[in-house]
Amino acid sequence: MTLHRMTLLRHLTGTAVAGAALFGLTYVLDPFRDYQLATAAAYLCAAAGLTVLIGLNGQVSLGHGALMAVGAYTVAIVQNQFGDHNVVSQWTVPASLAAGVVAATLAGTVIGLAAARLRGPYLAGLTLVVAVALPAVTTVYHGVFKGDQGLSVFLPPVPDSLGVDFPLERWQAWLALAGALLVMLALANLGHGRFGRSMRAIRDNEVAASLAGIPVARVQVVAFLVSAATAGLGGGLFAVLSQSVSPDAYTLTLSLNLLLAVVIGGAGSLAGAVWGSLLLVLLRYWADELTGNLPLSAGLRTRLAGNLPLAVFGLLLIVVMLAAPGGVQGLLNRAGRWVRGRRTGRSAHRVEPSVGEPTAAQHSAPDAEPPAPVASHT
Amino acid sequence: MHISVRRAVAAATMVILVAAAGACSSKSGSGTSSAPVPGVTDTEVVVGTHTPLTGPAAAGYSKISAATKAYFDYVNANGGVNGRKITYKIMDDGYNPATTQQVVRQLVLQDKVFAILNGLGTPTHTGVLDFLNTNKVPDLFVASGSLSWNQPQKYPYTFGYNPDYTIEGKILATYLKANFAGAKVCTFGQNDDFGDDGLKGVQAVLGSGGVTHSEKYDVTNTNVAPAIGALKAAGCQVTISFSVPGFTALAIGTGAQIGFRTQWVVSNVGADYATLAGLLKAAAGPLLEGVISDAYLPSVDDSSNGWISLFQRLNTQYNGNAPWDGNVLYGFSVGYLFVEALRAAGKNLTRQGIVQAVEKNGFTGPGLFGLRFSKSDHSGYGGLQMGKVQSGKAVLFGPVYTTDDGTGAVTESNATPAAPPANGIPA
Repeated sequence: MTLHRMTLLRHLTGTAVAGAALFGLTYVLDPFRDYQLATAAAYLCAAAGLTVLIGLNGQVSLGHGALMAVGAYTVAIVQNQFGDHNVVSQWTVPASLAAGVVAATLAGTVIGLAAARLRGPYLAGLTLVVAVALPAVTTVYHGVFKGDQGLSVFLPPVPDSLGVDFPLERWQAWLALAGALLVMLALANLGHGRFGRSMRAIRDNEVAASLAGIPVARVQVVAFLVSAATAGLGGGLFAVLSQSVSPDAYTLTLSLNLLLAVVIGGAGSLAGAVWGSLLLVLLRYWADELTGNLPLSAGLRTRLAGNLPLAVFGLLLIVVMLAAPGGVQGLLNRAGRWVRGRRTGRSAHRVEPSVGEPTAAQHSAPDAEPPAPVASHT
Repeated sequence: MHISVRRAVAAATMVILVAAAGACSSKSGSGTSSAPVPGVTDTEVVVGTHTPLTGPAAAGYSKISAATKAYFDYVNANGGVNGRKITYKIMDDGYNPATTQQVVRQLVLQDKVFAILNGLGTPTHTGVLDFLNTNKVPDLFVASGSLSWNQPQKYPYTFGYNPDYTIEGKILATYLKANFAGAKVCTFGQNDDFGDDGLKGVQAVLGSGGVTHSEKYDVTNTNVAPAIGALKAAGCQVTISFSVPGFTALAIGTGAQIGFRTQWVVSNVGADYATLAGLLKAAAGPLLEGVISDAYLPSVDDSSNGWISLFQRLNTQYNGNAPWDGNVLYGFSVGYLFVEALRAAGKNLTRQGIVQAVEKNGFTGPGLFGLRFSKSDHSGYGGLQMGKVQSGKAVLFGPVYTTDDGTGAVTESNATPAAPPANGIPA
């Protein structure tokens, strides 16, 4: 029980256990799976920040792909500066990732200050503009960002101490997983404490929160800033994974994919963000595999080429949303409650506040659907 | 304590999910794991590509990989190469470099392909150069004319296919110098390696003062009116356009709207008549008449050419009779070259072996001029012939020109292209 009370210690233990398990997992998986895992971890950084912003604070952002671009381009430029000056030490990657987080936070502060004055669809509209406009910046300042062609990212080679046969993909997975665990730990603590309660109070009723003495605008700006920082880290990790940055990788589609990860996992739930990020990587892949094995005539194959996997991907998403309107985590929570209900009778329906699944926590009725995500405004 | 139960459920599900994914991967990999060379068995060779089948760059380009696959289907139906059937795995990357990273890793690490063939796009393929070369995967015939592919010291496994844009710029400029002497020559180019390398070639011949005015466009901005207006204001009599088909059409169309009378000269990448006609619709006839271009493959409209009639026949039989255009011809030509390379690499196929076979060269495909492959040169086609639109058809004329991407002179070549083998399969 003591462990239960000491939130920070519990989160640290959880992170350490998850870290150890994932560390082992990277050795079990082949390099391609490691790379997929790393991609999901990079998505998770951004999706986790976004799920806190949307699910806990009620601000919908369609512009987080652009914030990822800020992080990614910063990492690319800083890394290439290291490369040009022959600095190949391993600390360069964390240093440039930190720079990416700072840059994205600054960009997030600017957007967040404006966003705190806007509500619902207007906020979504503003962030949408950011997502659409930011890639164009790369062509206006062609000398720095190299336009549509983008920049390649210099990466120091895998440390020699790991051995010559050590796959780069496993090393990349370690970097990305370390970033994701750090984000999850920070957000879990943030969501559990005073700040988390303030965010939820504002989401539920701004006037009431304001009367209770919560500085509404400040909390909203800080919430946006936090999610911008995590998006910057996610974007920076993308740059490290793909060793290149270009506007095509950070279009509006990326912003919408992040929103998708949040909604399909269960808005407001950190565990849901994990599911969302994994599904974002794996569903596309499975759709490709599935359609690749279909026996089709040459003409039909040419006409459907590329579009069939996308259609299957979309169909799978619709099925998931129909089967689990509260997201994957909502479904799991219900399943968990059902199992416990069978084992210990009705008393198990008592719901304790828990970190990581706040949506479940505040809806104590066992059969209640988690709230429709605020995304429905858009 | 139920939180821990929930956590356990979540953790267990995740482990199962990942393990299931892992199981899939080991299953699909085991088919080739007994062979010492990835992707090669006694009866099969697996190659892959990344190409845009969806997204903004898919128009036109998506037909290339289908045509290559159709050619492989034809070869397979005739017994394959050295007893091996060719399996071509086409992965859509939507022209997004991040997706290219993902799909190329899937092809190499998971599907265990023997080689990557004709990966399309400069920004997309640049990102996987290091990955492919560290893993010693043959990276054959990249579908782009960037100079990056020709770095045999740094990237020994990578080979180009298209003539690079610098030699194209030099050849176009040499033609203009002889036939439009004294005219004000301007350029309109894509704001990346394509436009920059092309301009470099033009200036190598005309001198940096020989280009009256130079404008650039970005693929993300379809408003080319300011650029075309500036070219008109500069009084350009001849305009060389290093542009993809969509922007060639925009430039010519916008020029017509504002009354910009100039002789358009278009890079072969953006000059395919069928593609341009599809974009310009009813206005195509008058607007495209007289447009000058160049080519390293025979004209798609020249049905007297043995290669064209061969590929047209195979297009009907094996490619679902896709609308015949430069992209389909390109796809078939790439397929033919790869089969030549496979054959040259011999029965005992290895990755090192095919690299050596390509460096040894001696290929006789549909190209108007040979490929430049050697130990010290990994760039693709090295010669171009001038062409002009006459009565709605692209007609090639004059000699085939060749040069290098440095300061070397542009010379005429008198080599005659080989005729295709009777059955359409390299002997």
